Amino acid sequence: MIEADDFVKGLQGIGFDFFTGVPDTILGGIIAHLTEERLYTPAVREDEALAMAAGAYLGGKIPAVLMQNSGLGNALNVLDSLNLIYQIPCLLLISWRGFEGKDAPEHLVMGETMTQLLDMVRIPHRTLASETIVEDLQWTAKTFKEQRVPVGLLLKKGVVKTLQP
Amino acid sequence: MIGPEEGVMQSRAQAMAAIFEVMTDQPLIICNGFPSREACKLRDRDQNFYMIGSMGATAGIGLGLALAQPQKTVVVFDGDGNVLMSLGTLATIGALKPKNLIHVVFDNEVYGTTGNQPTYSRVVGLDKMAKAAGYVNVERVWEREDIVYEFKTMLGDQGPSFLLVKVNEQLEEADRIALTPPELTKRFKGAMAF
Repeated sequence: MIEADDFVKGLQGIGFDFFTGVPDTILGGIIAHLTEERLYTPAVREDEALAMAAGAYLGGKIPAVLMQNSGLGNALNVLDSLNLIYQIPCLLLISWRGFEGKDAPEHLVMGETMTQLLDMVRIPHRTLASETIVEDLQWTAKTFKEQRVPVGLLLKKGVVKTLQP
Repeated sequence: MIGPEEGVMQSRAQAMAAIFEVMTDQPLIICNGFPSREACKLRDRDQNFYMIGSMGATAGIGLGLALAQPQKTVVVFDGDGNVLMSLGTLATIGALKPKNLIHVVFDNEVYGTTGNQPTYSRVVGLDKMAKAAGYVNVERVWEREDIVYEFKTMLGDQGPSFLLVKVNEQLEEADRIALTPPELTKRFKGAMAF
């Protein structure tokens, strides 16, 4: 399992310096560490987080937005009609609730269809794994820089250490 | 209209022009629809970021920019429909209290770009909501000299500031933004690098 502070260091290592989002249990450890380091600005909705990240990018920052995959629904309009058409990139750290149908009912539809949804709106994505974290971060940096689009890094339960055991 | 209050109400373009007169090189985020087209016609500048979609995201973009560039005073030109769509952002701004953010809302009480369908700002006071959310300076104006005076004061004060400008429904004839969205990003980001 990846330690939250190692993961954050990895993200900072490839340039990310502005973090916002809406919490999820899977993201709890990362958010706790970011908050401790005074790097995290909480948002109230995922589309607001994306707007803040876009403003930060225009101001010279390299932004990342954390969200539960249910928040992807809230985020879609800003992803489509701001990020994608204006070529304003950001990293989307999306927790994969409902993976393989093992979760509460409210997560099952998005859990099953999230990758198709991302493909449909042409958001490149990859699933983080502890064995491939170096390659995952390299891919993230490269895609962000070359394509100037939102880039999805999907986080399944148990890949990055969170608050609850 | 504005009920018991007196005074001459401006069109949004007239109110914008009054504010442009006292602005210098402050970065400006302008909401989608006619406000961006009117601002582009009145005073196009590299520090203007015109939105052509993503309604509701305007103040969030201004907030992110204000946090990223604390040495610059960021101005947002917003509309009542936009603010109502993302009321949560009033809370985020009120809680984070960026000192360098001036949120101007041109409130014509309608969705003007789509045919003047009424918004709830006719009955819900957006200035009161901003005050309750924690904006430091909140003013409600409609006459030209008050618009200029309050905006000038906000430029000198520590924010976040919220200027509710009650305007009439009149639209200014204005073309669509000629630059493409990627060109707008590049131009604005370039202007922010200085």
